Amino acid sequence: MNSIQKNRLKDQLFKIWGIVCTLIGLVLLIIFIGDIFIDGISRIDWEFITDLPSRKAEKSGIYTALMGSIWILILTTIISFPIGVAAGVYLEEYSKKNRLSALLEINISNLAGVPSIIYGLLGLELFARIMNLGASVLTGSLTLSLLILPIIIVATREAIKSVPNSIRDASFALGASKWQTIWHQILPASGGGILTGVILALSRAVGETAPLIVIGALAYVPFAPSTPMDEFSVLPIQIFNWISRPQHGFIENAAAAIIILLLITFVMNGIAVYFRNRWQKKWK
Amino acid sequence: MRKIRELVIEKSLLGSALITIAVTVGIISVLAIEAVRFFKEVSLFDFFTDTQWTPLFTDKHYGILPLLSGTFLTSLIAISVALPIGLSISIYLSEYAPKSFRKTIKPLLELLAAIPTVVYGFFALIVVTPFLQQFIPNLSGFNSLSAGVVMGIMIIPFVSSISEDALHAVPRALREASYGMGATKLQTAFKVVVPAASSGIIVSIILAISRAIGETMIVAVAAGQQPRLTLDPTVPVETITAYIVQVSLGDVEHGSIEYRTIFAAGITLFVFTFLLNTLSYRIRKKYQEKYE
Amino acid sequence: MEKIKEKKEVKNIVDNNQSKSLQKIDIKNVKVWYDDFNAIKGIDMNIKPNSVTAFIGPSGCGKSTFLRLFNRMNDYVDGFKMEGKIKIDGKNIYKKKVNVEELRKEIGMVFQKPNPFPKSIFENVAYGLKIQGIKDKKFIEARVEKALKQADLWDEVKDNLKKSALALSGGQQQRLCIARTLAVEPSIILMDEPTSALDPISTAKIEDLIFELKEKYTIIIVTHNMQQASRISDYTAFFYLGELIEYNKTKTIFTNPEKKQTENYITGRFG
Repeated sequence: MNSIQKNRLKDQLFKIWGIVCTLIGLVLLIIFIGDIFIDGISRIDWEFITDLPSRKAEKSGIYTALMGSIWILILTTIISFPIGVAAGVYLEEYSKKNRLSALLEINISNLAGVPSIIYGLLGLELFARIMNLGASVLTGSLTLSLLILPIIIVATREAIKSVPNSIRDASFALGASKWQTIWHQILPASGGGILTGVILALSRAVGETAPLIVIGALAYVPFAPSTPMDEFSVLPIQIFNWISRPQHGFIENAAAAIIILLLITFVMNGIAVYFRNRWQKKWK
Repeated sequence: MRKIRELVIEKSLLGSALITIAVTVGIISVLAIEAVRFFKEVSLFDFFTDTQWTPLFTDKHYGILPLLSGTFLTSLIAISVALPIGLSISIYLSEYAPKSFRKTIKPLLELLAAIPTVVYGFFALIVVTPFLQQFIPNLSGFNSLSAGVVMGIMIIPFVSSISEDALHAVPRALREASYGMGATKLQTAFKVVVPAASSGIIVSIILAISRAIGETMIVAVAAGQQPRLTLDPTVPVETITAYIVQVSLGDVEHGSIEYRTIFAAGITLFVFTFLLNTLSYRIRKKYQEKYE
Repeated sequence: MEKIKEKKEVKNIVDNNQSKSLQKIDIKNVKVWYDDFNAIKGIDMNIKPNSVTAFIGPSGCGKSTFLRLFNRMNDYVDGFKMEGKIKIDGKNIYKKKVNVEELRKEIGMVFQKPNPFPKSIFENVAYGLKIQGIKDKKFIEARVEKALKQADLWDEVKDNLKKSALALSGGQQQRLCIARTLAVEPSIILMDEPTSALDPISTAKIEDLIFELKEKYTIIIVTHNMQQASRISDYTAFFYLGELIEYNKTKTIFTNPEKKQTENYITGRFG
């Protein structure tokens, strides 16, 4: 075999290796989801969703945790959405190139890389203790809002950046003020991209466990929260709690709850991808 | 009137942006205040040289090394899984794969990073560890090996996505110059494209390391809760993050030294990730300038 | 019969605001910098009302920058600095008290590339009115119709006003942008190479339109196309390296220029 043939062989081998690598993650994902499905699907029925947690595995349900997750989702949206989009709009449309904007930029990039558990420590001291909100749904939502703020800001900026400058020029030339231009033209034109980013960020918040454990969210709550000041649990914490129990019944419960959690995550990701595709089409 | 309204809007938008600075200030002060109180009782020297971490026992030791070694070990295993696979994926997708395949596979790969980490923890503990025990009989129920491997799978998209973007940004002309001299795709990829995209690839690796160090639930579920200064991947260990979870789950009194240990551990973790993030930001800025 | 009636109506509305447009522009010693770069190096000029003035010159000569001074579109450019006075109808538009948004209602602008908003045709034309806070639907509809007629687009789009503006052809889009500008009833219209992205047929349509519009509006047009300048403008100004080299009746500039540089440019010897 001469060297050219050798090189071609290597080339082909790498191609196969590349395909294997690309597929291995997905194959593992499928095996894994399949495994969980087998473990948990038989456990899912209406009672499992509407029952309160219990000492006995077969009587335990996810009602309080699911309600907690829904509360967290709604409050976190209300808090993080306006702040994140506003900050993104400021950075992209108002801020001039100066020290402040450079500082804001590096700061946001850094915050995006801070481990989630650190946000938990911040929430524990600032919201739960200093502001005296305790281990409430509100504390959890505030903490998660800060956690996903950088994701929303970055997504907002990317979406706004993709709106061509000619749109701004046209609006200004017709006598629109800066804010009118942003409100009537920039935000509608970038809405799909912003929405995609916000939904992805929220899907991350729904799956978060560690920061909520740190602020003191409970593994066992007898009632679903009815006000933002109530104590709460969420699906991931419920799952974590069940995984740590030795009895097999709880493993089954954990698998069943994971199916519900994955369903929520995948649906949110699906919606996000749908918005992104529809939005990208608009510009073509 | 209109001018005032515009001004009020601008200032409130600026206010929202400044919240992000407040968050950073908040994180640093919260960690620093509690950590300073901690270091009034425990010397920095002990913290960094004592080889035992037993704040919850009667014989208390406050050496961070066992937690650091646990964090280091699990991250090392994760990176050694994610790096070769992630890089191969990125090279395959940008140099070999048909465009349509690339377009469908990328969002699917990113789904790996969207799955809640507690779910990966379940996977590591319930599926991977029993599977590995068939080959490694003395593998204990909690261990850094399966936690690390599963974490590696989770961070594959961090490496592959950013690297692929960097490889994709390399101008076509560069590749064509290499093909024109009779090089294969593989030779072109490794001798021309990868070096040209090296800063982007390095950024992806740094971010993946930072992500691995800060990952909590996988290790809290599957790696154990035994701080141990070891590099043996088959025995239970404890990472910084898992320790914070362990303390948070228990009933630790506010203001006690046990309570403060999680902030001392937290600030150690924060410093590491902060350095890595800043480094990756610098590199990114530098190569952005190069291309602009 | 109906068509004639329609035309009359249009004429009536147009005649109503004719008195508005007798505004002249005085420019005194204007200099512009972008950071350290001196883009305009001291220009004096008077622009006559109800006429078409063409700005010509090689790329980078400052003619677009100069045009964008009249509606203060350079205000948003980083590092922009200006000296001197621009008076429209005797009022200095760069005074602190001047409301920039009011100014831009008076002075419309059409850009190089057609830039319709990603909204319906109707919404595009109505936008300028809506941001002024006008809510009267009938009034807006009437203005939209009038503007589209003035821009010679009404017959082509009257049945699908709700259609996305992005679905129109390039030439139609540019006429839509002109209609959008006309809807707010400015007195001066600035055009920054309005046909450079269009095919010859669309270009001819826009040129006809400019010819019609000059009766009621003061039009300033930046163009790269010398034939275009000679076809449609009454006055022509030649710029070179941030300076106004020559400014005169178009006929004079193209047949008997005073300066050698002008002649060289017009005859295609450089630029």
